[in-house]
Amino acid sequence: MAILANKDTKLLIQGMGRMGQFHAKLSIEYGTQVVGGVHPGKGGTTIDGIPCFETVEEAVEKTGANASVIFVPPPGAADAILEAVDAELDLTACITEGIPAIDMAKAKRAMRGKKTRLVGPNCPGVVVPEQCRIGIMPAQITRPGPVGVVSRSGTLTYEAVDQLSRLGIGQSTCLGIGGDPVIGTNFVDALALFEADPETEAIVMIGEIGGSAEEEAAQFVKDHMSKPVAAFIAGQNAPKGKRMGHAGAIIAGGKGAASDKMAALEAAGVAVSLSPAKIGETLAAHAGLK
Amino acid sequence: MNVHEYQAKELFRAYGVAVPEGELATTPAEAEAAAKRLGTAVTVVKAQVHAGGRGKGGGVKLAKSPAEAQQHASDILGMQLVTHQTGPEGKLVRKVYVEAGSDIARELYLAFTLDRATEDFAIIASTEGGMDIEQVAENTPDKIHTEFIDPNVGLQSFQVKKVARALELDAPQAKKLETFLMALYRLYVEKDASLIEINPLVVTGDGDLLALDGKLNFDDNALFRHPDIAEMRDPDEEDERERAAHEIDLAYVGLDGSVGCMVNGAGLAMATLDMITVCGGSPANFLDAGGGADKEKVKEAFKLILRDENVKAILVNIFGGIVRCDLIAEGVVAAAGELGIEVPLVVRLQGTNAAEGRKILAESGLDITSAETLQEAGERAVAAAKGA
Repeated sequence: MAILANKDTKLLIQGMGRMGQFHAKLSIEYGTQVVGGVHPGKGGTTIDGIPCFETVEEAVEKTGANASVIFVPPPGAADAILEAVDAELDLTACITEGIPAIDMAKAKRAMRGKKTRLVGPNCPGVVVPEQCRIGIMPAQITRPGPVGVVSRSGTLTYEAVDQLSRLGIGQSTCLGIGGDPVIGTNFVDALALFEADPETEAIVMIGEIGGSAEEEAAQFVKDHMSKPVAAFIAGQNAPKGKRMGHAGAIIAGGKGAASDKMAALEAAGVAVSLSPAKIGETLAAHAGLK
Repeated sequence: MNVHEYQAKELFRAYGVAVPEGELATTPAEAEAAAKRLGTAVTVVKAQVHAGGRGKGGGVKLAKSPAEAQQHASDILGMQLVTHQTGPEGKLVRKVYVEAGSDIARELYLAFTLDRATEDFAIIASTEGGMDIEQVAENTPDKIHTEFIDPNVGLQSFQVKKVARALELDAPQAKKLETFLMALYRLYVEKDASLIEINPLVVTGDGDLLALDGKLNFDDNALFRHPDIAEMRDPDEEDERERAAHEIDLAYVGLDGSVGCMVNGAGLAMATLDMITVCGGSPANFLDAGGGADKEKVKEAFKLILRDENVKAILVNIFGGIVRCDLIAEGVVAAAGELGIEVPLVVRLQGTNAAEGRKILAESGLDITSAETLQEAGERAVAAAKGA
């Protein structure tokens, strides 16, 4: 099972530039069914064995694709997302960093009530261990198992996955939801999917400063989750008013501090790790996994 | 990106948002001439720095004559203005804005922003203008009205009427508010603003609406399509190291500790600061070298970290995904050789090509402490900074 994707997922690469091609190759090596690429001017050609098309619509007609990953640069990224939505893909993961917030706010509104689930933007994508790699994660550090991992960060996700794998604890799905202020899939969405997934027994969530997504997640855990959740919040030592790399990682107007998020999660029964080096151990102890 | 009040008001004027007349001055003589040209009984001399609370810090002064405007400008220009947003060292004032005095009947608050919880645009309005809005939100939340705007539909007339009611405006003033808000909305959307804040928005004795102050922030991600806005950047207002980092496409935030950090990825970079703190140390900076970190970038990042004299040790923490650890290791070795790094160096490489990277470090003959896990990396860097 797992969430969002599996070995039957048929993936399109939107944006067959250098990065798109590089990661298409890695995904194919991992066993992912990469069925096509979409890139203006490259329709009708084949790159590394991947047939390319001018539009997502045509690619879906010809390949039966049901998911895409977007590497399109920021000025055209929101358009690429809406094209994936228009083609009624089940899933699109947008890797692109630096999309204007207004473009995303409009695209997100336009997606309401539509079939497609968006992951990201500004995210590392989705890995279902030994089944499917969508995006840019180093999938070799994952191993199949019962823990769902959801994170606003990229490399910190790898850190958490690596800690779990070293403890011998595998993952059902690893998912980076992105560091921007407006994102397609938030913590609550991901937690609901993991709660409903019979193969997921416990969840690790990795938040960071800025916004209130972690507080909303805490409320959701309290009200709707039966599975154990462990968490880490990055930025406990971040100064106020400074953007910490991610567009969304800023303590602004007295809101978004790590301490508030940690308190809300603890109050909801989530095991919160103070140290980023103890994420795996915290989950193992809390969920009784080893 | 932030701009100055005078730049915000130029944009307000261009979009038809009512603002008092005013002129920029960089010398006391210019300020005097500006006050003369404005010709009002009272002018206001306002320090132009990127920080709120300028009035309380002595950066805003009323003048009853051009000569007095000249005197105030000479006091304010060159001062280190300290406000609750500048930190104790304050900010050097290089420019003043000389503005016609206004006849103030009421002071209101108005802002446009993106509400992260609803992902809609929001107008925030309050009758409690001229005060710290965060405190108003805390003490009297019922005095704040938030109007959400569907980004694909835009600001509607009825919403303006709701805001007018919340601001307790009479019918003629409400009509003026419509022009005012529609103009601001156009500015917000067309120029990709992330925040427009007018505090105070005043109702004059004649019942006109005027933006007495103006704060404008722009979405950095959208500057590529607004070269006119990007040009308004004032390098003097930015932390020198942050600006240098920006120029080489690194995200850097200076802190006051002793362990310099170089990390790939914003989340891991924040977590590295947390790790150092958990281990009893204090980080000197946040630095995200990004997904495209290579040899040259590593060198530039080291240069940046070493500009900070408080740095007693450097921790390089790389979890290779897109980034290849062997390339980072080559960068570390090259930088250590070229820059003659004298502080202890702790390097942790994980992920893509980590084994190759560690081999490069080991064979370099340089005195580099290697670490396998995040825990070890933190402990060793903190110990090194303490001279252990």
